[in-house]
Amino acid sequence: MRNLLVHYGTPLGAVTAADSVSFSLRAGERLGVVGESGSGKSTLALAILRMIKPPGRIDAGEVWLDGVNLLALSDEAMRQVRLARIALIPQGSMNSLNPVMRIKDQIADALRDHGLAPSRRQVEERVRELLESVGLRPEVADMFPHELSGGMKQRACIAIAISLRPRVIIADEPTSALDVVVQKQVMETLARVQKDLGASVILVGHDMGLMAQFVDRLGVMYAGRLIEVSPVRDIFTQPLHPYTEMLIASLPSLEQKGTFRGIPGLIPLLRDLPPGCAFHPRCPHAVDRCRAEEPRLREIRPAGWAACHLR
Amino acid sequence: MSTLLEARRVTKIFGGGLFDRTSTLALDDFSLAIDGDRPSITAVVGESGSGKTTLSRLLLGLTAPTEGRVRYEGRDLQAMSRAEWRAFRRDVQVIFQDPYEVYNPFYRVDHVLATPVAKFRLASSRAAARGLIEDVLRAVGLRPEETLGRFPHQLSGGQRQRVMVARALLLKPRVILADEPVSMVDASLRATILASLRRMNAELGISILYITHDLTTAYQISDNIVVLYRGSVAEAGDVELVVKQPRHPYTQLLLSSIPQASAARTWMTDNAMASAAVYDAAGAGCKFAARCPSVASRCREAAPPLFQTDRHRAVSCYLHQDAPSLAPEAMVSAFALPSVTRGRRS
Repeated sequence: MRNLLVHYGTPLGAVTAADSVSFSLRAGERLGVVGESGSGKSTLALAILRMIKPPGRIDAGEVWLDGVNLLALSDEAMRQVRLARIALIPQGSMNSLNPVMRIKDQIADALRDHGLAPSRRQVEERVRELLESVGLRPEVADMFPHELSGGMKQRACIAIAISLRPRVIIADEPTSALDVVVQKQVMETLARVQKDLGASVILVGHDMGLMAQFVDRLGVMYAGRLIEVSPVRDIFTQPLHPYTEMLIASLPSLEQKGTFRGIPGLIPLLRDLPPGCAFHPRCPHAVDRCRAEEPRLREIRPAGWAACHLR
Repeated sequence: MSTLLEARRVTKIFGGGLFDRTSTLALDDFSLAIDGDRPSITAVVGESGSGKTTLSRLLLGLTAPTEGRVRYEGRDLQAMSRAEWRAFRRDVQVIFQDPYEVYNPFYRVDHVLATPVAKFRLASSRAAARGLIEDVLRAVGLRPEETLGRFPHQLSGGQRQRVMVARALLLKPRVILADEPVSMVDASLRATILASLRRMNAELGISILYITHDLTTAYQISDNIVVLYRGSVAEAGDVELVVKQPRHPYTQLLLSSIPQASAARTWMTDNAMASAAVYDAAGAGCKFAARCPSVASRCREAAPPLFQTDRHRAVSCYLHQDAPSLAPEAMVSAFALPSVTRGRRS
C-alpha cells in the first residue's frame, strides 16, 4: 500500500480517516494493525478491499497485489479479486452471515459467484472439506446461522473466506465479540488455515494482547496515521513511538499488580486535529517542532519504522 | 463482620418452572456477602452465560430471586418499605457497561448529575449543588469547565464513563456495583477509570463489586475474586492465589486462553485444550464436566461442593476433595482481608 488517503464527508466538512498510509505485506506474513476507536484501522482494511462506502472516498494511493494496482481495476474486476485473491473475515460474524440461508448454500454461493460452477456433488465435497479445515462437523453444512454459537459462526466465516484459496486474508476484529476461550480456538483455526494456504493475514484490532501473540509485524495507528511499524517483538521490548510506548504501559498485566497507567488527555477528533504531530498534546516529550511539523514515517532501525521527530 | 449487601443461596431460573425443560438456570445456589466494616473490592468474573448480569440485577433488586434472599443491611430487597428502598438506592450505586446508552442525548450531561442532587436533596442551594458536582468531577479526573454544559455526544466514551463514576460518587454510596465499566472504553483510558474506582475504595471506604469478563483488570483492582461458570462458583478467594496458582480446571483454562501483551509468545503453542467448547444439557453433576480434561465419573453424578484448599481460597472441584468442604453461604469466610487499610468514610 502506498500513500493511501481516505476522506469521509461529514456535515462539518471532510474528515481524513487515513492519511498517506504506506506499508508492505510479505507472502505468508501476519501483519497486525492496532489502534483505538477512530484511529482509522478499519478504514485501512476496507480500503484494501475497496469497500469504503459513501460518504467515504479513497482520494489517492495505490494498493498493489502481485503486480496489480487494485485501486485502478474496474468495479467488476475488483469484485472478482474479492474473496478469490483477498478475503475478509468481518467484525461480528453474527451479522455477516445470511440468516435465512444454510451454511452450505452460503459457501456454494461464494464458489459459484466466482465462476466455479461445479456439480452439486463437488460443491458438497468442497463444503465438507472447508468445514473440516476450520474444525466444524459436517452437519453444520445443513444448519442455519442461528443454530450456531458465536465461535462456530466465526469459523463458518473463516471457511467462506478461504473457500477460493485467497492470497491475503483480512481479519477485522474477528474475535471481539467472543469469550477468551473461544477466541483462542478461532485464532488457532485461522493460524492453521493460513499456514495450509500459505496466505498472508492482516489482523486489524484494538487488543494488544492478541497482536502480541498472533502477528509477526505490527503497525500502530493514531488519528488516521500509521505512526509505527515494527516486528512485534521489538514493539513490546523497544517501542519507537512515544504513543506505542504509552499504549503498552496502559495495559494491565496478569504478572504484576498496579503497574499500568492511562495516557493523559484524549484521542483527538479527526475533524479537528492539532497541527504538527497529532499526538503532541498528549506526548510528554513534545518539542516545538512537534507542534509545527508533521513527522513522516521513517526507517529508524532495521525493519523498525516510526513517525516521530525525536527519533 | 457486619454484612452490608448479601446474596444468600440465591437461585434464578428464567422461563417456566423448575421442571420446564426450556427454562434457564442463570444462577445456581449462589452466595456472596459484602462486609460493611472492611471496604473491599470483590471481582466476579465469568464468560457470557455465566450469570454475571443476572447477579448484578439481583443485587440491585431489579429482579427477584427464584429461591434465596438478597438483603441489604439485613432487609430483604423484595420486602423493603419505601423509605428503606430509597436508602438502598442511595447507598448502592451502579456503573453500567455502556457509557452511551445511559444518557438521554437531548439533555446536557449536567442532567445526570443534577437529578440525583435534586432527588436526594443533597444540596441546599444552587451554588452548593454546583460545588458538589464540580468536586465529584474533579475526583474522577475531569475538568468541570470542560465537561458541564456539553451534550453526551460531545464527550468521548471514556469521559462519559467517568461522568457515570462521578454520578455514583455524588451520593456517597457504601457500595458501588461496577458492571463491565471499562469494556467499551479504549485501552489508554481504561487505567484511569480503574484507578478512580480503586481510589474511591481506598480513600472513601466504598466497597466495590466489580463484575466483568476480563480477568486481567479484575486481577489488577480486586482483593478477592469469584470465578463463575454457568451460574455456579468454580473458584473463589484471594485474587493473588486464584490468578497466580489457579486450582479449578476452568480457571486454568480461562487464564491460559488470555493472550498476554508481552514479547513472550506462549499463547498458541499450548494446544492442550484446543477442542471446541461443548455444552451438554444441564445434568446433575459438575457443569464443567463436559469440557474438563480431568473429568471423572463422579463429576457427572453430583455437583462438587466448595473445598477450602487454602486459608483464602475455595474450589468447587473433586480434584480437591481432600480439603474441608464449605457450605455455599460460607464462601466468603475464605476471602482474604483487604490488602491495604482503608479510611472509613465520614
